[in-house]
Amino acid sequence: MSLLSVDNLSVTFSTNDGPVRAVNGLSFALDPGEALAVVGESGSGKSQTAFAIMGLLAKNGRAEGSVRFEEQEILGLPERKMNKIRAEQIAMIFQDPMSSLNPYMRIGDQMTEVLTLHQGIGKKEARTEAARMLDAVKMPDAAARLSMYPHEFSGGMRQRIMIAMALLCRPKLLIADEPTTALDVTVQAQIMDLLAEIREEFDTALILITHDLGIVAEACERTIVLYGGRIMERGPTGALFEAPSHPYTLGLLQAVPRIDIDQEDLAAIPGEPPDMSRLPAGCPFAPRCPLKEPRCETVMPDLLPHDRLLRACHAEPGAVAA
Amino acid sequence: MTAYILRRLAVAIPTLLLLIVFSFVLMEAAPGSPFDTERGVPPQVLANLEAKYGLDRPMIERMGTYIWNVVTRFDFGPSFTYTNRTVNDLIEQGFPITLTYGFWSFVVAVLVGGTLGIAAAVYHNSWLDYLAVGVSIGAQVLPNFVMAPILVLIFTLWLGWLPGGGWRGGQVEYLILPVIALSTSYMASIARLTRSSMLEVLNAGFIRTARAKGLPMRRVIFRHALKPALLPVISYLGPAFVGMITGSVVIDIFFSTGGIGQFFVSAALARDYSVIMGITILVGALTIFFNLVVDVLYAWIDPKIRY
Repeated sequence: MSLLSVDNLSVTFSTNDGPVRAVNGLSFALDPGEALAVVGESGSGKSQTAFAIMGLLAKNGRAEGSVRFEEQEILGLPERKMNKIRAEQIAMIFQDPMSSLNPYMRIGDQMTEVLTLHQGIGKKEARTEAARMLDAVKMPDAAARLSMYPHEFSGGMRQRIMIAMALLCRPKLLIADEPTTALDVTVQAQIMDLLAEIREEFDTALILITHDLGIVAEACERTIVLYGGRIMERGPTGALFEAPSHPYTLGLLQAVPRIDIDQEDLAAIPGEPPDMSRLPAGCPFAPRCPLKEPRCETVMPDLLPHDRLLRACHAEPGAVAA
Repeated sequence: MTAYILRRLAVAIPTLLLLIVFSFVLMEAAPGSPFDTERGVPPQVLANLEAKYGLDRPMIERMGTYIWNVVTRFDFGPSFTYTNRTVNDLIEQGFPITLTYGFWSFVVAVLVGGTLGIAAAVYHNSWLDYLAVGVSIGAQVLPNFVMAPILVLIFTLWLGWLPGGGWRGGQVEYLILPVIALSTSYMASIARLTRSSMLEVLNAGFIRTARAKGLPMRRVIFRHALKPALLPVISYLGPAFVGMITGSVVIDIFFSTGGIGQFFVSAALARDYSVIMGITILVGALTIFFNLVVDVLYAWIDPKIRY
C-alpha cells in the first residue's frame, strides 16, 4: 500500500490574464518511509504540487485530480478534517526559515501549540516534548531555547526548529520545500544530514522539493523531474543521474558545477523558464530543447518506460547523450 | 525599559518649551489683539487694559513670565475674553467633557474599525470585504460637520430617540450622538489600515507555517496574525487618541457639549492669548505622552524592538 498516491493532479490559478496551469496531470506514488525528490527550475510547479497536497494553495488556486493519503482522498477535504491531516500525518517545512517562523512569538509557544492542539496534552508536558524534539535536531541547550524568539537564531538553527516543529506529531510524511536554498553551503550539508538521520529515526517518508541536484543524489531513492508543470522524466535517482534519457534532465545535470572534471564554462540551458500562462500545446520544454522536432510543439509525448526510467520525449533515447 | 521611559520623559521637557516658544511667537506675529472691536477702543481704555494684562511689556519679558508661571505654579494665566476666568478654570471645566466623549469615541472607533478591517481582510474579495470597504470609504468622506446634522435630523427630529444636544454630566443618551459623529472618520481610517496590514500579514510565510501546522483559521488569525497586523494601526492610534480626547469644535458647537474644542477655536478667533497657549500646551503634552505609549506598546508586541 502506498502512503501517498497522487493521480492526474492539476493545479490551475485564475489570474487577471486568464487561467494559469501550474501543474498538469501529475501522477506519482510514495511508499512509507521512502524519499522522493521533485526537481525542477522555479516555475516548474514543484512547490504548487506540495501546496496542493497540503491543501494550502493560494485562494485563486484550484487543484483537480486525486491525492490519496493511506487510501483516503484528501483533495478537497473540508478544512476541519484537513487540519487533522496537517502536522499529524503530513508536515511541511519551507524554503526560507527566516520568514517561516512567527517573529512575534517565542519558539516554545509556536512548538507547543502543535501538541496542545493536535494531541490535547497539557502545556507543561508539551514543553518537555518540544525541548526533547529540539534536542533531537541537535539544538544545543534545547530547553533554554524555548523562551527565545526566532530572530535570536541563525538561519540554520531556525531550519532546525522548523524541522523539530514539523516532527512533533510524528507525521508519516514530511514535505520539504527547498529546505536548504536559503542557507549557507556548510549549513546546507548539516540540514541534509539531519533530514537523513531524522528519516531513519522516525521512519518518515520525505518529499524533497529542490532545484539543487547536488543534494538529491544522496538523499532520495527516486526522483521526478518537472518542467512547465509536467513530468519530464522519473525513476531511481541513480539511474537518472547516470544515464538521463531526457534532454532537460541532461541539461540540468550538465548545469551542476563539478570539481572532478576540468570545466571551462558551466553549461547552461539556453532560453528562459516557461511563461506558465503561455505554454505550448505540446512539450513545454520544446522551445529550449536541442533535440526539438516539429511534432514536439503540438503533441505532448506520453510518459513511457525506457530502461529503468519513465520519460516523456519524442526523441530517441540514444540521441540524448552527454 | 524604565530607563528608556525616563529618558523620553526628560526629552519631553525641552520639546514642550520649544512648543511654547514657537506658539508664543506665532501667536504674537498674527495681526490683531484681544481688545480689537468693531468700533475701536478709546486709547486710554486700551492702555489700561494692556497694562492690566501686561501686554505693554516687551514680548520676551511676557514669554519669560508666562513660562515661569507655568513651570513653577502650573498657572496658565487669566483668560482675555472670559472675564474673571482663568485658563486653568476653562480647562478644568471643558477637558473632562472632551475626555469623556473622546474616550468613548476611541473605544467605538477601535472596536468597530478593527473588527471591520479584520473581517474584510480575512474574507478578502468577498461581499463582506466590499461592504466593509464601502462603509469605511463612506464614513471617511462624510466629515463630522455633515455627520452631526444628519444624525440630529434622524435621531432627534425624525425618530425623537435621542436629545440633539446638551451634556447633563455625560449621561448615556447625551453621549451617543457626539460619539458617533466624532468616531466615524477615525473608525474608517482604522478599518482601512487594519485591513491592508492584515492582508499583508496573511500572506507572510509564518502564516503559511501556522496553517501547515493544522491550526484552525481562528487561531491563525488571532494568535499569529493579529499582533503584527496591529503594529501600523497602533502608530496611528496614538495621535488619533489625542485628537479625540481633545475634542472637536464641530462636536462642541453642534451638540452644545461645552468641551475645550470650542474654547480653542473661539480663543484663536478672539486672540485670547492665554487660552490658545493653555490648550496648545495641553494637546502638545498629551501628544508627547501618547507617542511614548505607542513606542512602549511597539516594544511589547515586537520582540525585535528593545530600547
